[in-house]
Amino acid sequence: MSKTFLILKREYLTRVRKKSFIIMTFLGPVLLASLMIVPIWLASLSDIGERNIAVLDETGWFAGKFESGDNLKFTLVHGTLEDEKNEILKGAYDALLYIPKPELNIPVNAEFFSQRQITMNMRSYARNIMKTEVENRKLMASGIDPEVIKSSKTNINIIAIRMSDDGAETKSYTEIEVGLGIFSGVLIYFFIFLFGSQVMRGVIEEKTSRIIEVIVSSVKPFQLMMGKITGVALVGLTQFLLWVVLTGLLYFVFVTIYGPDKLASSAEVLSPAGSMMQEQANNSAIANQANVTEVFDIIRSINFEVMIFAFLFYFLGGYLLYASLFAAIGSAVDNEADTQQFMLPVSAPLILGIIASNFIVNNPDGPVAFWLSVIPLTSPITMMVRIPFGVPFWELAVSMVTLIAGFIFTTWLAAKIYRTGILMYGKKNSYRELWKWMYYK
Amino acid sequence: MTFFKAVNVTKTYANHLALDRVSIDVPENSIFGLLGPNGAGKTSLIRIINQITAPDGGNLLIKGKKLGPEHISRIGYLPEERGLYKKMKVGEQALYLAQLKGVDKHTARKKLHHLFKKFDIDNWWNRKVEELSKGMQQKVQFIVTIIHEPDFLIFDEPFSGFDPINVNLLKEEILQLRDKGATIIFSTHNMASVEELCDHIALINASKKILEGKVVDIKNKYRTHTFQLELENLKKPLEQLFPEGFNLLSYETNAFERIQVQTQLREGIESNELIRILLPHADLISFHEVFPSMNDIFIQQVQKGNPENNKRLSL
Repeated sequence: MSKTFLILKREYLTRVRKKSFIIMTFLGPVLLASLMIVPIWLASLSDIGERNIAVLDETGWFAGKFESGDNLKFTLVHGTLEDEKNEILKGAYDALLYIPKPELNIPVNAEFFSQRQITMNMRSYARNIMKTEVENRKLMASGIDPEVIKSSKTNINIIAIRMSDDGAETKSYTEIEVGLGIFSGVLIYFFIFLFGSQVMRGVIEEKTSRIIEVIVSSVKPFQLMMGKITGVALVGLTQFLLWVVLTGLLYFVFVTIYGPDKLASSAEVLSPAGSMMQEQANNSAIANQANVTEVFDIIRSINFEVMIFAFLFYFLGGYLLYASLFAAIGSAVDNEADTQQFMLPVSAPLILGIIASNFIVNNPDGPVAFWLSVIPLTSPITMMVRIPFGVPFWELAVSMVTLIAGFIFTTWLAAKIYRTGILMYGKKNSYRELWKWMYYK
Repeated sequence: MTFFKAVNVTKTYANHLALDRVSIDVPENSIFGLLGPNGAGKTSLIRIINQITAPDGGNLLIKGKKLGPEHISRIGYLPEERGLYKKMKVGEQALYLAQLKGVDKHTARKKLHHLFKKFDIDNWWNRKVEELSKGMQQKVQFIVTIIHEPDFLIFDEPFSGFDPINVNLLKEEILQLRDKGATIIFSTHNMASVEELCDHIALINASKKILEGKVVDIKNKYRTHTFQLELENLKKPLEQLFPEGFNLLSYETNAFERIQVQTQLREGIESNELIRILLPHADLISFHEVFPSMNDIFIQQVQKGNPENNKRLSL
């Protein structure tokens, strides 16, 4: 058994067996899944239960316009405002919608009274009804039939189709691509930092516990460094895989228990225009069919094989590039508090990559995007942001080659600093000092 | 027969010359003391022997063969700066370190249990290192140094952190290792243990080797022809007893009412001559030569090499 493998095994096993790893493994998916589920759940929760709403309409315009639905029941009342308010306090209704007599003949204000929170839904529903009615009446007053306006409304649907060199056409969904790009960029950033600093802390631990000299008398410092870096990389991949599997499992369990229909309908509640869309969708089954095919189109438009392969490649490449630098930093200090001065230049390109991704999603083929995705220090993040938009093969190849060359270079550089640094104690090392170490034999 | 040989080893760090053409000769099956004040270059030399760092010049040979990676599994090294992974279990960690030295897991486990029993720490196998006392950690450290049965051992301050009982246990173990055929380099400031254990020594000061040889030879070389004698029933005043050529260094009356005298003989004068002179005038109870201690030789040689130090001391 090679010594590097022995080191890798220890690094992997001690980390995977740690309580914090196990907690993170189970907490991660719970957090991720709750990110998806909780908003939907909360939205649906807020609509559970009927609301009885009294409508006191002093204008007389809206009689019969408020239609009772599943959750909202409207009753027209005719008392004075004070009386009806008292009714609410007695609990006869949940809320009172008061539409006062307007000063200029057009009712544009209304008041909601309730002892409980007035939901967004209630307000937007009332606003929509009033708006439509007032607009209709204005149109009528000008001699225009509202039906004419209604029938003249048109939905324009623009489909973006990207053509490749050989003329093949694929639909592209920009919003999805932006989301996917930013998400994978942030994920890479997060993984590099999380596991890179684990490498650094591991090196510092070996230094402060003074075991380092015992170990480097058995193995070469380079073997120790590489064993540690690859061991932690495997920990990262294990964690990632477990998260993917567990998140999927959690989501699946949730959907089965809760029912996919309810999820879908409550998802529509989330969007302000939800009720309108629902209306439209209900109007024609054909439109519904179109929606379903579009979802499948979107899913099919994501090239999952390329995404997953690219993610793994750029995660590993970026991680290897930075982990060796993190190892070098760890070797140059005596404790974690001293890492600050060296951390800044190492983390700066990563942060630049994240900041730049906001511009890159707007112009994924521009010169900034190109250069940042070719320079190995930023390419793992930038390239991941660009890939959902489609990247020419040659650019991908150049970026991958420079990334490989980049991590070979940083590993070589870091190894030189590392093997001297691990045996240095009690000194605050400057950059000049590190530079000198490069020339030690 | 020479086991290990360093020839003109030189090592430079930035602007600092750590080793200046140092050569040593470690005979097979012996304990070789590597002595020197702090910062003299001992650790640099030891790290080079362990191939942790490479020399800038010079040659290192084990049994006439150039020191190389194949020797690593034959060397056992106990560094001065030593420690263990605190969160790891003792047994697991010892197994890991043994495997890094190339011992297979099964053999390592068997040998470790044997040694753990011998050092009386076997019931700590499944405890975490941080729960162990410093002395026990040192025992574990010593065990993993010798677990792969190396024929070349390097101990840097091995006794630090041990209580006197365990120091003795360790000394016996080191002597046994030598008797079983190991060659040992032993670096320390503790001169008493050097006299007790070492067969040969080399003294390094300010990056240079200033002294090397058998302990006996060195003591002989630096002997001052000083003798200590005990006298009783003097028939003449003490001062008159010692003629020309016999330098009376000191005298005092000891607990048995005997006079204890230290005297230095001029070169060329036999010790028998002194006895012949003294016998008619006093009863001679004891008579022996006083050899310089390694401590004296160490201090004397180091100060000779550093005139700066000398000045400071004489102030």
